[in-house]
Amino acid sequence: MLRAMIALILTLSFLSTASAQSADAPDRSATGGAQTVEDIMLRQRGEVVENSFRSSATGDPDSAAGISNQLGTLGGASDPELWRAVRFGSADTKASNNGPAAAVLIQDGGMSWLKFRAGPLATYGGGLLMGMIALLAAFFMYRGRIKIDGEKTGRKITRFKAIERFGHWLLSGSFILLGLTGLISLFGRKFLIPTFGHETFSFLAVGSKWVHNNVSWAFMLALAMIFVMWVAENIPHRSDINWLRKGGGIFSKGHPPAKKFNAGQKLIFWSVIVLGVSISVSGLSLLFPFELNMFAATFAKINAMGIGSVFGFGELREVLAPHEEMQYAQLWHAVVSFVLMAIILAHIYIGSIGMEGAYDAMGSGEVEEQWAREHHSIWVEEMMPEKSIASSQAASAQAAPVTAAPVTAAPKKAAPKKAAPKKAAPPAK
Amino acid sequence: MKTMFVAFLAIAVISVGANLVLKQAGFSSQERTLGANVQLDN
Repeated sequence: MLRAMIALILTLSFLSTASAQSADAPDRSATGGAQTVEDIMLRQRGEVVENSFRSSATGDPDSAAGISNQLGTLGGASDPELWRAVRFGSADTKASNNGPAAAVLIQDGGMSWLKFRAGPLATYGGGLLMGMIALLAAFFMYRGRIKIDGEKTGRKITRFKAIERFGHWLLSGSFILLGLTGLISLFGRKFLIPTFGHETFSFLAVGSKWVHNNVSWAFMLALAMIFVMWVAENIPHRSDINWLRKGGGIFSKGHPPAKKFNAGQKLIFWSVIVLGVSISVSGLSLLFPFELNMFAATFAKINAMGIGSVFGFGELREVLAPHEEMQYAQLWHAVVSFVLMAIILAHIYIGSIGMEGAYDAMGSGEVEEQWAREHHSIWVEEMMPEKSIASSQAASAQAAPVTAAPVTAAPKKAAPKKAAPKKAAPPAK
Repeated sequence: MKTMFVAFLAIAVISVGANLVLKQAGFSSQERTLGANVQLDN
């Protein structure tokens, strides 16, 4: 299902290309089936020319002239017909080297991939990252650092254990390395070679490739770790709706109640899991070229489900050249990575300069109790049941439910403690 | 902070280990495309 969704979104990006092929086939009787002036004009206008009239014109060995006759040695196919067969992959090619791609002498889809990679992918991908950085900078200027509203208690609550923080940093460290080296691979030719020259970029590119290929295993391991450790606490809860409706309190005073992970963090978590798995699968496909092909099979499933006709892009090609599988995997890998990088930029912002006290959760693992009460009030109540009882007793006087009502607004001053938190620490400096 | 640095060290160890394992696994382009009539490094 995931693969089907991957392929669907990818193919939608080529929708304009695919839909242009649905035009009726022009009359080519005047040229004996060869291309017409109309075809040439279409190509010059940058429009797609339906190529089946060429890909099928590869000669006819059955009606070849006798071997002793004039042109008989051609075997029923002229040179143009032979090269068409090579271009469209129907020639009986034999190569000395091995591998699925060895017999592919011309890979017709390569130029489309190259153009997309150097054009829209780089432009919109880079634009997405720059746009996110600009958005975060504008937000920081508008909102400033989100402070702890109430008075700090000096007491600390353990938010994440060492193994959880290890998994987080394993994932984040590897993701940053993968992101940087991926960007070097994509943008190196355009930006780094003109600045640093070919020699320097060659060293950088070889190093980036090594890092990208090998650090990926740490990323995949960490992805599995955080999924196992945090999935239970990231299952949607009814409090998430309220949190989202109030925008997490980012644009207003007060903090909507939240469990250990608020709705925003859950969105980050599931983005990391879903997109991270997708990036990992396409990355494995690229790590082991021609071994793990995803797209032809996915396209076949999409065709079988009739999704193409629903969205109007017709049938997808179910037979792809080995290189095409790699090219689709590379594009998908990059597109999904750009989306995840943009999301993670926002995550890094809010976990560092964007919010006071947030970094401690992953730094030392111990957070200021007041911070926890403001941002994860339900979790704090769950962490400190004795405190919950005290709160509920106070609330029961106002006919509140038996269970403790979560903190809905940041208190200006910390409430006096009737019960000590699970773990106390020296006052904050 | 200590946990963070341990994790970063783990990234380095996993990466070097992965490289060694993959080299032994025979998945390099060279090894995957060699044939009887195509020999490299000889």
